[in-house]
Amino acid sequence: MTTSNKRKNLLTWLGAALLLAVAYFLPDTGLLNPYVVQILMYVGINMILTLALNLVNGYMGEFSVGHAGFMGIGAYVAAILTVAVLPRAVSAWCFPAVLLVGGLAAAAAGLIVAYPSFRTRGDYLAIVTLAFNMIVKSVLENIDALGGPRGYLGMPRLTNLFWVAAWVLITLIALRNLVQSNFGRGIMAIREDELAANLTSVDTRRLKLYAFLISAFFTGVAGGLYAHLLQFINPRSFSILKSTDMLVMVYLGGVGSLTGSLLGATIFTVLLELLRFLGIWRWVLGPLLLVLLMIFRPQGLMGFKEARWLRPARWLVSSEQ
Amino acid sequence: MLQILAQNVLNALQLGSVYALIALGYTMVYGILTMINFAHGDIFMVSAYLALAGATFLLGLPVGLPLFLVFTGALLFSMLVTALLGVTIERLAYRPLRQAPRVSAVITALGVGLFLENFTLGLLGPEPRHFPTLITLAPWEVAGLTITPLQVLIILLAAALMILLDLLVRRTLLGMAMRAISYNRPIVPLMGVPVDRVISLTFALGSAIAAAGGLMYGLAYPVLDPYMGVRIGWWAFIAAVVGGIGNIRGAMLGGFILGTVEVFTPLILPSSTYRDFVAFSLLLLLLVFKPTGLLGRPVFERV
Amino acid sequence: MSPLLEIHDLSHHFGGLAAISDFSLAVEAGELVGLIGPNGAGKTTIFNLITGVFRIAQGRILFQGEDISAWASHRITAAGIARTFQNIRLFKNLSALDNVRLGAFAQHHYRLFDALRRSRAFAEEERRLTRRAWELLERFQLSHYADTLARQLPYGEQRRLEMARALISGPRLLLLDEPAAGMNHSEAEDLIRIIREVKEEFHLTILLIEHQMRVVLNLCQRVTVLDFGCTIAAGPPQEIQHHPAVLEAYLGRGGHLAEEKPDAAAPA
Repeated sequence: MTTSNKRKNLLTWLGAALLLAVAYFLPDTGLLNPYVVQILMYVGINMILTLALNLVNGYMGEFSVGHAGFMGIGAYVAAILTVAVLPRAVSAWCFPAVLLVGGLAAAAAGLIVAYPSFRTRGDYLAIVTLAFNMIVKSVLENIDALGGPRGYLGMPRLTNLFWVAAWVLITLIALRNLVQSNFGRGIMAIREDELAANLTSVDTRRLKLYAFLISAFFTGVAGGLYAHLLQFINPRSFSILKSTDMLVMVYLGGVGSLTGSLLGATIFTVLLELLRFLGIWRWVLGPLLLVLLMIFRPQGLMGFKEARWLRPARWLVSSEQ
Repeated sequence: MLQILAQNVLNALQLGSVYALIALGYTMVYGILTMINFAHGDIFMVSAYLALAGATFLLGLPVGLPLFLVFTGALLFSMLVTALLGVTIERLAYRPLRQAPRVSAVITALGVGLFLENFTLGLLGPEPRHFPTLITLAPWEVAGLTITPLQVLIILLAAALMILLDLLVRRTLLGMAMRAISYNRPIVPLMGVPVDRVISLTFALGSAIAAAGGLMYGLAYPVLDPYMGVRIGWWAFIAAVVGGIGNIRGAMLGGFILGTVEVFTPLILPSSTYRDFVAFSLLLLLLVFKPTGLLGRPVFERV
Repeated sequence: MSPLLEIHDLSHHFGGLAAISDFSLAVEAGELVGLIGPNGAGKTTIFNLITGVFRIAQGRILFQGEDISAWASHRITAAGIARTFQNIRLFKNLSALDNVRLGAFAQHHYRLFDALRRSRAFAEEERRLTRRAWELLERFQLSHYADTLARQLPYGEQRRLEMARALISGPRLLLLDEPAAGMNHSEAEDLIRIIREVKEEFHLTILLIEHQMRVVLNLCQRVTVLDFGCTIAAGPPQEIQHHPAVLEAYLGRGGHLAEEKPDAAAPA
């Protein structure tokens, strides 16, 4: 690695560390209104959701419109662990593990969606993912032990700005690394021309599996974070409406762009908060914006483009090796 | 025992008719534009409210109209306005996206649907509305079965509409144009067919037929709420896919299959809340093993 | 020495239509064999069957002695059969460099986890891959297009890029599907030269589908002629030119082709 690369790498790590330190100490200083801190956490959770969905819908060009199902699974599994399984005293220490388990559960569910994706594409996959979302919601509503439609509560408030920031960073870095590797290129090749990809030795099945697993995993983690922020979850939180929110964020920010996902999540979350005074009409405006977006700027704010610091480093693409 | 079975078959037919009517709208639009109009279920919901409005208005007139006139008036009103709604949506939201990648159209359709739901909710509030009773004839007792005139009406009306549509598609010029567009859209304008006009008409027809379903539904299950389009719409959509989306006969078959599933599931499984689960699992399984549905035709990709 | 590629009694149907009937062919290592015939004769179908695009219902295909009839496409390509397409199928929104790097997908040695955490193994392997990709770009004079999106490349460059992508995996057998499509006289000349060079340099065996007679005559050692899914003639190109069955297939009874002579540098 050249010195400029080493320096860039160091700066990145320092920046990340700084961000985490700020996230850790800031809420306690009272400098920020707790409401603002809450919004920041929502932004962070949405960032994770958007990044994860962008992998499947943006980079791979698939049609997943039921990702809220993964979020729900992650949320409920994490919640079950902290409410019914782990003793209260330990739960704070186990939080990362709890989130991990939630994510893994969601990833396992990702298999259910990944397999049909081997054989179907486009509209049909949209239906499969929707069916998945509905099934998850339906199953959750029928499990009385989890509160059924009334919801599940009792989770300790373990989510704080630090954890959200940490997971945003983990998701971002993992996805950046994935996308800038041959796996990422293969995933994009599926979007471009799946048949040609297969004929160019790209194992599209394996890649689709990876993409769905990874995407579902991070979505599940976000679900766990969500559950331990609200301290209450019910199946309605993970319906098609939530999936649509996620879609808006992805398409607003721009498909195939990590920067876009971060932007889309931020703008959407903040906008929705600002419009809270509209009440029910907030939910009319959202879909309307989505429709307008699709008609006038389907590639979103940053379709396929990346901010400087997220582009592949020189050593990854240059001819001097 | 047999009576219970027969009674439920009748119920399944009734429900299936409604699903079939709505499924037709999905399948027609998919056939012609290869696009799933996810907003269709919500168009159905709006049509039910429109029928309610029409019926309420006609009932409230100082002139005491006979009920069958109220029924007909509400039906025509709802069908007409809903057709207009369908055409408007196509014009504003879907036509600009004709050349865009499919995902845009799918997402847009979802957005339109949500918009309709929440707009209705915002406009009318969350309290469910009641549909007035327009059929006051007494039910008939036949061989131990209770058959209501409403059931007969629904089944007959649905059958009539389906036959008419089938005839339209197979015997008229418009129908031929619709089928031509579904086979090979780029070529059709070269043969002098006004593609935009035919597409608009398709949307109008699909929406109008769904509106008939809306009125039927309102009469049979008289409680309306803005989110009913989601439930019924999704079931009808599954019906269309099960039958083979793009295939009109398939939509009809699918409708009745779904009606049967909905009526018979609570009899077999302990809880009626499992209905959704069964329906969607059915869909999932079908899509994995036979993605083109029962009567659909497979699609080839040219290499 | 068994042939590199053996096709035994291959048949394929589309619905009720027999696209290929009992087709057999053996290609020895180092050969350059042509596959010609009128449109719709089934040539691309054979390529599709070899590369696993269509499932083989009747017949067998052996590559390097192994039966690949039931293999998945990506596995077949990884085993050493690469192809180009009649209508270029590049990854349009990916850069030229990315297109070429993808060609070596089966050869990159890092695992998913390596990629996710960007380990040393990943870095080394990725460097190696990128270096190799640049070599190929240079070989085909595409270096300064490295960052350009494939869809923005001129037609000739796109064709060369497709070839670069096919060659990075170091295949033993290259299937070329009408590489001269849309080319004029001088472009076809260039193509003939490139194919000859590439064959030598990369030690390839080539199976070529082509319509332009000049290309076939100048490149192929032998030719198999297909019509309605059956072999109607096989042999050196000069003989095939005058074969009555071939003429009839292309031109109908009583026709004849204008005399095409091979150019000075005949195939080895």
